[in-house]
Amino acid sequence: MDELIRAVTLAETPSQMVTAVKNLALAKDPSAIPTLIAVFGYNNPEAAIVAATALTEWGEIAVPQLLDQIDDYNYGARAYSIRTIAAIADPRALDILVSTTLTDFAPSVRRAAAKGLGNLQWHKLDISEAEIAINRALETLLFICEDTDWSIRYAAIVGLQALAKVAALKPPISAKFQLMLTKDTEKAVCARIQLALA
Amino acid sequence: MIETSGEEYSAQNAPNLTPEIAIANLQSSDLSLRYYAAWWLGKFRVSQPEAIDALIAALEDEADRTELGGYPLRRNAARALGKLGNLKAVPGLIRCLECPDFYVREAAAQSLAMLRDKRALPALIKLLDGGVDQAIQVPGLPHLTQPYTAVLEALGAMGATEAISLIQPFLKHSVPRLQCSAARAMYQLTQDSIYGELLVKTLATGDLKMRRVVLGDLGAIGYLAAAEAIAQAQVENSFKLIALKGLLEYQLPEQSDTFGISEQAIRVMDLMDSLL
Repeated sequence: MDELIRAVTLAETPSQMVTAVKNLALAKDPSAIPTLIAVFGYNNPEAAIVAATALTEWGEIAVPQLLDQIDDYNYGARAYSIRTIAAIADPRALDILVSTTLTDFAPSVRRAAAKGLGNLQWHKLDISEAEIAINRALETLLFICEDTDWSIRYAAIVGLQALAKVAALKPPISAKFQLMLTKDTEKAVCARIQLALA
Repeated sequence: MIETSGEEYSAQNAPNLTPEIAIANLQSSDLSLRYYAAWWLGKFRVSQPEAIDALIAALEDEADRTELGGYPLRRNAARALGKLGNLKAVPGLIRCLECPDFYVREAAAQSLAMLRDKRALPALIKLLDGGVDQAIQVPGLPHLTQPYTAVLEALGAMGATEAISLIQPFLKHSVPRLQCSAARAMYQLTQDSIYGELLVKTLATGDLKMRRVVLGDLGAIGYLAAAEAIAQAQVENSFKLIALKGLLEYQLPEQSDTFGISEQAIRVMDLMDSLL
């Protein structure tokens, strides 16, 4: 494993990096997780996607380190972390997804978090916890439906559509969508609402 | 289209303006206040008649000059008038196409493209005089003899089919950006996928900056066949989302309250969802 990890840190060209990350991912060893997360910060999109896929396969085992190692100073890296966390959908990520959705300065990161908020695996929480968590996700997504950036509203709709799988949330989410249809000036946003309602 | 106006102004550093103050500031003795006010009126879409008239007057400004003889206030006024959607500005903007300042001509061409008034076509076409042979770098300056990109894009956006034979040679111009503008205009004027595919090819082969530009072109022309290529391009997701939004909008009927969602529109939205 040390050899495989060292190959990632020593890679000199983008393609060497991709190969090294692929080999590390194939080893299926949890000691690779921190290195895979670090790859998000190397500004190599192809390698980052390989690392994100591998981390998503690790699932909830990778979540504590993913949450812990979010790069506050590199929004490119942060977007990959948030996308991976969203794909794993572990509800322990709720807090970070809420705060990212509301306050991150980078729209790419906010969109990824908003999408993720709709998809968390609520059944992993006990019933009382789940209710509180689901409501926080709902409130967060409803709030950003008023964002001035169309792409954030678009992501909010995608998140809310997923959240509406929780039966109790279907009526308030549909009501919000109907209201947005009467107000939103972006055709693309309205089209996405119609798709969500269909 | 590239936003070349003064978007770099930071709201915190800006004087607190109202439409009335901004209009008055266009006559200020402080030239920087005039310049800022013209930008501000466009940025905040102040479209009341007094603003339009004051900006049209500013197109003739002689007070604000650069060392090289440029007209900064005219540039900003021309940019603002494109955003305000009032056709009263068209004759003044057409006159700007003959201004000795390249950037005034560029801003006017861009704004005339936004206003879509066909009265501007002869003057825009005139800027292509001499064809590709005349479209050369001005020695020592970072631009060509005319704002060809803006002109080609304007002609495409305005449906100037009479200019097709003048635009086509620019597909072979040595400046890649200009080739793309020509392809974009040719697609708009002919709907021939050959030109859309030229842009898709550039999306795969160009450098990062070029890929971003081409995404803008594909979004602007709504070339649906490029949807997957856009989603897979090696560019930041924000640029891809904007391009796909352009494609999506072409798939939606005009009346937003009555449209049904077509298969093609759903396909584009699925790609957009995957880029969040």
